Amino acid sequence: MTRVWSFLPRMALLAFLIAFLWHPAWFAGLLRPLTENGAPPIYDQGSLALLTLDHLAIVAVATLAASLIAIALAVLVTRPSGREFLPLARSLVNIGQTVPPVAVLALAVPMTGFGEKPTLIALFLYGLLPIFENTLTGLSTVPANVMEAARGVGMTGRQRLWQVELPLAAPIILAGIRLSVVISMATATIGSTVAASTLGAVIIAGLTSNNLAFIVQGGVIVGVIAILIFDALRGLETLLARRAGG
Amino acid sequence: MIDIDTITKRYDDTEVVSDVSLSVPAGSIAVIVGTSGSGKTTLLRMINRLVEPTSGRIRIDGQDTHSLSPHVLRRKIGYAIQGHGLFPHRTVAQNIATVPKLLGWEPARIKQRVADLLTLFQLDPAAYGPRYPSALSGGQQQRVGVARALAAEPAVLLMDEPFGALDPVIRAKAQDDLRAIQRRFGTTIIMVTHDMEEAIHLGDRIAVMDGGRLLQYASPTEILTAPATGFVESLLGAADRPFRLLSLTTLADVVEPGTADGAPLSADATARDGLSALLWTGRDAAPVQSADGAPLGRVTRARLMAAARLPGQAPV
Repeated sequence: MTRVWSFLPRMALLAFLIAFLWHPAWFAGLLRPLTENGAPPIYDQGSLALLTLDHLAIVAVATLAASLIAIALAVLVTRPSGREFLPLARSLVNIGQTVPPVAVLALAVPMTGFGEKPTLIALFLYGLLPIFENTLTGLSTVPANVMEAARGVGMTGRQRLWQVELPLAAPIILAGIRLSVVISMATATIGSTVAASTLGAVIIAGLTSNNLAFIVQGGVIVGVIAILIFDALRGLETLLARRAGG
Repeated sequence: MIDIDTITKRYDDTEVVSDVSLSVPAGSIAVIVGTSGSGKTTLLRMINRLVEPTSGRIRIDGQDTHSLSPHVLRRKIGYAIQGHGLFPHRTVAQNIATVPKLLGWEPARIKQRVADLLTLFQLDPAAYGPRYPSALSGGQQQRVGVARALAAEPAVLLMDEPFGALDPVIRAKAQDDLRAIQRRFGTTIIMVTHDMEEAIHLGDRIAVMDGGRLLQYASPTEILTAPATGFVESLLGAADRPFRLLSLTTLADVVEPGTADGAPLSADATARDGLSALLWTGRDAAPVQSADGAPLGRVTRARLMAAARLPGQAPV
């Protein structure tokens, strides 16, 4: 019973999101009170659904790249041969998190030009830290006697990594990816300032034309997707943790 | 047959194992006893090269362990550790199948072997095979740990305090099971423990270590009756020595002709259990019968007390 009750609001939220993107005009009445002087209540300079897909694609590509690099880096610095690179890797990843994405955009545009590329770079750098740190934690908290047993049964270094360390660290790594995705979902909106196609376009259009309805619908779509992704990934983590004997 | 030949392990300036030599005949159990920091675990881990010796050689059935790469060597040697070290993300069956899988056995053969081992360790394969280790009791986890170590039919089994985490009742049962399985497969076992009681109970030979040195390597009786140094003697616990000596003898060894009243004792029981039964029931003698119930004679308190006496000590 409790499963159904916790499941229901999520399904309702997803249904609302799909309906809104499928046929925004249905919700025009809801948003009209937020407009002034007869301004359009629904974003009219492009398709909301297409912007959402572009937004999701940018976040997906940036997170995938950040995950691959961050996990590979964390694996490298936890091997005996790579241990001395830990401080270096850590500071590199920390720099990625300290420099604000807006600054990265400003620095990247002269090199890559306007469009998706500077946004991808900003999201990639910003997303590294949580994944790197979580992978490090996950790999270093595999119980010592399990690692001892893995060596004792005659697994090679590679077999220990793929068959023992990564599966046991998976829930913690996934938690890092979850954080990274949610941060990227929000941060991707600023990509519109350098002409990337994201939901930020809707918010910026609202800001420049003083249309609160645009700002709200852009923000709500980003927020709802972030909640749904957060939720789904956390469910997956629980599943993995249970399998790992949590 | 395991031959440890003048093996030494040094970390920087500290020698944790100094010049140890001993050999374990095939099919026997050698128990390494010592306090923590005695180097006993390091010595054990040098056999499957989890620790690389600084100098010296180890040969298993004549073959130098350094003629194989470490992971190939380890797949041929069973290894069971304290706290079992089972893989928490793999089922019991998958855990036991670890080494056969690494060796590339046929799936059907692996399945059969896993089922056989689970049955041997008194766990129903259908019920326990698909479970995860966290769903087992401590004693069951420990049995699965030993089953995993035995899965690829290794000739040699190394055990590092395998029963350390078990309560006394389950521990005694696990020790008896291990003895039975060892006799059945003829596995050569080297076990590390800090528990002299366990060493005397299980070992064909006992190696006593202290400060990285091998103080004495001898049969349990010899260790008990002729400890090489004061340290060996202190490990034995002076007050317990006569009872430990009795625990090495069965009633079949001390039975004499005659009859006695009261409940009969089994000839398989240790002399310690026999004396204990006599003291408890206030009898001077008790009848002894074989496992199938045939009367063999009787055992007397005087005879048992003589058996507990230090050899060579004249009765007063």
